[in-house]
Amino acid sequence: MISLAGRDILHAWGKFIFTGVGLGLLIGVTLTMAGVYRGMVDDGKVLLDNSGADLWVVQKDTLGPYAESSSIPDDLWRSIRTMPGVAEAVNVTYLTMQVVKGSKDVRAMVVGITAGEAGTPGWPPQLVAGRQITRSHYEAVADIATGFQLGDVLKIRRNHYTVVGLTRRMVSSSGDPMVFIPLKDAQEAQFLKDNDAILMQRRRTEANPAFNRPGVPGLLDAVIASQTSNSSVNAVLVRIQPEFSQKEVAEPIRRWKRLTVYDRAQMESILVGKLIATSAKQIGMFLVILALVSAAIVAFIIYTLTMDKIREIAVLKLIGTRNRTIAWMILQQALVLGVIGFVVGKISATFAAPLFPKYVLLTPADSVLGFFAVLAICVLSSIVAIRMALKVDPAEAIGG
Amino acid sequence: MKFPRLQRRTLMLIAIIVPLLMLLIYVAARFGPLAPTEVTVSTVESRTVAPALFGIGTVQARYTYKIGPTFAGRVKRLDVHVGDAVKAGQVLGEMDAVDLDDRIAAQQAAIKSSEAALKQASAKQDFAQTQTNRYEQLLAVHNTSEENVSTKRQELSIANAALAAAREDIVRLRAELEGLRAQRGNLRLVAPVAGLVATRDADPGTTVVAGQAVVEVIDPTSLWIDTRFDQISADGLAAGLPTKVTLRSRQSQVLSGRVMRIEPRADAVTEETLAKIIFDTQPTPLPPLGELAEITVQLGELPAAPTIPNAALRTVNGQRGVWKLVDGDLAFTPLLFGRADLEGNVQVLKGLTAGERVVVYSDKILSAKSRIHIVERLTGVAP
Repeated sequence: MISLAGRDILHAWGKFIFTGVGLGLLIGVTLTMAGVYRGMVDDGKVLLDNSGADLWVVQKDTLGPYAESSSIPDDLWRSIRTMPGVAEAVNVTYLTMQVVKGSKDVRAMVVGITAGEAGTPGWPPQLVAGRQITRSHYEAVADIATGFQLGDVLKIRRNHYTVVGLTRRMVSSSGDPMVFIPLKDAQEAQFLKDNDAILMQRRRTEANPAFNRPGVPGLLDAVIASQTSNSSVNAVLVRIQPEFSQKEVAEPIRRWKRLTVYDRAQMESILVGKLIATSAKQIGMFLVILALVSAAIVAFIIYTLTMDKIREIAVLKLIGTRNRTIAWMILQQALVLGVIGFVVGKISATFAAPLFPKYVLLTPADSVLGFFAVLAICVLSSIVAIRMALKVDPAEAIGG
Repeated sequence: MKFPRLQRRTLMLIAIIVPLLMLLIYVAARFGPLAPTEVTVSTVESRTVAPALFGIGTVQARYTYKIGPTFAGRVKRLDVHVGDAVKAGQVLGEMDAVDLDDRIAAQQAAIKSSEAALKQASAKQDFAQTQTNRYEQLLAVHNTSEENVSTKRQELSIANAALAAAREDIVRLRAELEGLRAQRGNLRLVAPVAGLVATRDADPGTTVVAGQAVVEVIDPTSLWIDTRFDQISADGLAAGLPTKVTLRSRQSQVLSGRVMRIEPRADAVTEETLAKIIFDTQPTPLPPLGELAEITVQLGELPAAPTIPNAALRTVNGQRGVWKLVDGDLAFTPLLFGRADLEGNVQVLKGLTAGERVVVYSDKILSAKSRIHIVERLTGVAP
């Protein structure tokens, strides 16, 4: 049996292919949009994965350390370490700031990691180049997305840090690349102001008669020293012993240490449900609109393709072709168009994804779903065209 | 005629469709979550490691002399400025004496006055002595009454006592004068040792309280670096170890020094061990006090053992180890680690032998089921 659809496609194959490619680019944009949404969610998840923690201990009644600011004393980890079921408890600080290298600056999340060895919670779990931090000061591991190279010297506040290692996909929940520096430096960076601000603060303190008393030499120095030191961290990352459940460990800390403790699931719901909720909805809304527009365009294309050959269809009817054959031809063409579109879309989305400044995650599940959605849209939109083709009067083949 | 044209069209169509499909398969398999994880692999070597400790400190003077008055008062003059070299015993300045000089003059006058009183008492005693002698002689020849002699003897005793009182009064007044002079001398600010004026905290006319420093003199030959090492990486720190010192202002210059002592008391709040580092030779020009210095303490070389880069370390289920490559498959091996050096080489005490291959760099978190693609260098990493 002769394939009517195939013949027709071959008849005007150039036009057909180009229509398919055009449609494909549209589908590519839709897939990319879905990837942007998945990427946002994934940013949050990798942030939690990379921290290597089972529990996050933060300031009471805050959503810290990622979604809200949280501040706890830096010696609190000792008492948490002694709680039952705690295998490791380490301090960590997070601060999103501009990191300066030469004349350019990059927005990055500066993570203060506690001294120790690689594999400690908070440390980058793996590198793509270089080595982990070995000195307790002035070394940094930067994400490759910052554009820094091994050996580069970064400026964070007043101090200079040498990049000794590079990571990939170590990002904050808002997609900013991370820069890991030793905790003590990070504590300082979080609190340390620029030199002008420090001088002004000193002058202000000196002008305060309560602190600058002639009868008490040394008081002013002590006050200034206490103003320029910081003994706070943002959170304590806790790794639990395998024989304990997260709940068993979290509850006593919550109850007896009077701190807020989040487990992995709670942290994920904070990040995904609260932190990126509105921007994710925004992207989701856009995705829906884009899908609707794509569907409308596919319908329109197929309708136009059918209308172009309405005379040929009339001739087919005139020579007694069955309606089913004609409908099948149009449907087949619509499906082929959909398949070409999907293939082109998938390829273009894959190659476009790395060009985006933020992470675009194209999941296989999304692709499969997208494929069937495209086919469904093609089938639905071809129905209009089929109706048109079936209604056509065979007499039009002779007239018009 | 018609047939070949159709053939060509079909061929061209195939020429477009087939590469497109192949590209799709390639894209699906090579990118995204289904793609194999890129890793680099290194062979475990048995080698020596020379661990080193890293700390930061500030340049400080071992001996600092804070010179100020022992009484509250006003600074009268101050002859030295910051940076001046001073000798031991040199007068650096003086406090305002207020009425002290007048009191000394009064005291001197009082001494003169009491010297006159002494002369008077002495004259009176002489006369009383003479009178007593005369009356005793008269009594011997029964030419006067017993009573008169007694009166003269009593007058002599009184004159003796008055003379002694006058003498002691002079001693008291002289002692008081010495006291005032000592106070006067104490108002001078004197350098106890030879050194360098580090600060000048008050200028003439300023009122200072007792004990408040007016100038600070340091001993420039006694500079040391008050250094802090994180306790977690201070194992092996000992007095006498050679040290490399980099001053913040002279980054290109590496100075040599050694650990003088480790403080018996560590900083409990910051979890740091404190140590004092001294220079082998005093740097010239002298670094300013308070300057930041980076200290690297070199420990002895350890015997050879299997060594891996610290980038290979991974934590899986709370255990630290490495992903070993066994017949092309990944296997996680928990390890016992020894010392590491500052270049990131870690010695393995147990769990690994030289010649085994371990994963160093990877793109993602690995698992035993991960498909891997071994590369020389991960994509996107500059050589």
